[in-house]
Amino acid sequence: MAATAPLPLAATANLPKTSWSTLLVWGAVLGLLALSWQGADMRPADLVRDSGNMAKYAADFFPPNFANWQLYLKEMLVTLQIALWGTALAVLCSIPLGLLAASNITPWWIHQPVRRVMDAFRAINEMVFAMLFVVAVGLGPFAGVLALWIHTTGTLAKLFSEAVEAIDPQPVEGIRATGAQKLEEIVYGVIPQVMPLWVSYTLYRFEANVRSASVVGMVGAGGIGVVLWEIIRGFYYAETAAVLLIIIVTVTLIDFASGRLRRTLI
Amino acid sequence: MQPAIRVTELLKSFGPSRALDRVTLEIMPGEMVALIGASGSGKSTLLRHLAGLVLADRDSRSEIEVNGQLVQKSGRLAANIREVRESIGFVFQQFNLVGRLPVITNVMAGMLTRVPLWRSLTRWFHASEYSQGLEALARVGMAERAAQRASTLSGGQQQRAAIARTLVQRAKVVLADEPIASLDPESSRRVMDILSTINREDHCTVVVSLHQVNVAIKYCPRTIALRRGQVVFDGPSERLTPAMLRELYGAEADEILDLPDHISLLQDRRDNVAPLPSIQAAQAG
Ligand SMILES: Nc1ncnc2c1ncn2[C@@H]1O[C@H](COP(=O)(O)OP(=O)(O)O)[C@@H](O)[C@H]1O
Ligand SMILES: [Mg+2]
Repeated sequence: MAATAPLPLAATANLPKTSWSTLLVWGAVLGLLALSWQGADMRPADLVRDSGNMAKYAADFFPPNFANWQLYLKEMLVTLQIALWGTALAVLCSIPLGLLAASNITPWWIHQPVRRVMDAFRAINEMVFAMLFVVAVGLGPFAGVLALWIHTTGTLAKLFSEAVEAIDPQPVEGIRATGAQKLEEIVYGVIPQVMPLWVSYTLYRFEANVRSASVVGMVGAGGIGVVLWEIIRGFYYAETAAVLLIIIVTVTLIDFASGRLRRTLI
Repeated sequence: MQPAIRVTELLKSFGPSRALDRVTLEIMPGEMVALIGASGSGKSTLLRHLAGLVLADRDSRSEIEVNGQLVQKSGRLAANIREVRESIGFVFQQFNLVGRLPVITNVMAGMLTRVPLWRSLTRWFHASEYSQGLEALARVGMAERAAQRASTLSGGQQQRAAIARTLVQRAKVVLADEPIASLDPESSRRVMDILSTINREDHCTVVVSLHQVNVAIKYCPRTIALRRGQVVFDGPSERLTPAMLRELYGAEADEILDLPDHISLLQDRRDNVAPLPSIQAAQAG
């Protein structure tokens, strides 16, 4: 009998339902999009109206013109070298900074300020750093290396410190109990635990930096980006297509190789 | 003779609850002492205080000395705590080895205080130092595992490697916190036998916390019993009859009495096992 009786009001309150709050969230998202329409200068009609022009523009890209392929490959190599050095310097700085930013390693008056500085490094895009360094050290790849270095340090140090905060404290205590000092606790107890994650994050950042390095050149910080910027500005669309293809292939290859490396290391 | 361990008026509170309540005890060099008590009675907390891994209450007169050296007083660590810890070997219930490091590197960690910092940080050990590590591993029957990652060992093997670390440390006092609680019977017996050998042959003072009183009676001439942070018994282990335990623990006694005595089940086999390899070599090294 009890099974057929109507549910008391208190029980129905616990049932899942399309609540007002769900509707409210959807409403808010749609409202935000509507408010941003004008600011973002949304002109979908233009896409349709100018579709003929666009098709002609797109057709200009084909066939890609590889006449200058030696220059493109040389600059692509420079781009990889920028990414490599930017990442390497960032890793070097992120090891101590990541440890200093970990709340299970340092007191708050150390890890809080370090984190804020890393936040600032991360908040500013590498393109902005690239422009600043072009002014400081002149046009060329070195400005790109410095830009990637600073921005990547902000990202990697944060990721490194999160890995450190997630370690198992027991092995570290095992090292401490032998009379070891703090640095030895870190080298024996902490680093071995975070190594797989650190390596994996580093490879991810290297992949991202290859992509970033191919654009920092557009503000004069060396590499394939410089070439790209010049041919786009000169309306050399077939050459642009060639450079874009080279970038796509290189980035894909790097992603693939680094993904393989990551899996074997973990 | 000066005691190996001296604890005076040790008070420790976690928030409002008192984990250790005026614990006072002395243990002489060369003793093998069991620390028993139901779970939550304060065994781990007491042992961790002895190694300075936990601090006593600030406003107490708590004082701990090991090997005649101050470990902590009134909740403050001794300035030379790392030096003091060097002579204290600690064996944890969860082994606390670094899983991704090879067994030998885990064992070499017992030597960190003896080598210069630049060598310890670069893991640069001399051949003679490595042979001390290997010798320690041989004594616990683990020499052939030296190059293996610690995480690939069984629990019993990890615990023996952890004991090898205390040997490399040349610890004069070995504190073992429920070293056999996570082990199968055969491994438990080996670990207890090794601790007992270290005590006999190396004259190490051994304090081992145990969950079961029968293991304490088998291996340790003296037992200290804790109940709710207080020492309720300190004397010869053979006096711990079931009647005595009921008197000390009331209904809680069942927890320490009723567990199957898995070590005694192996008693017959124990007599057939070859003795541990000799130890003098490691002492000389
Ligand atoms: N870090 C801690 N924070 C709060 N309470 C703790 C902590 N460590 C131990 N305790 C408490 O102290 C008491 C003794 O614990 P413990 O020493 O681990 O007992 P045992 O090792 O005998 O099982 C328990 O009540 C436990 O809850
Ligand atoms: Mg415990």
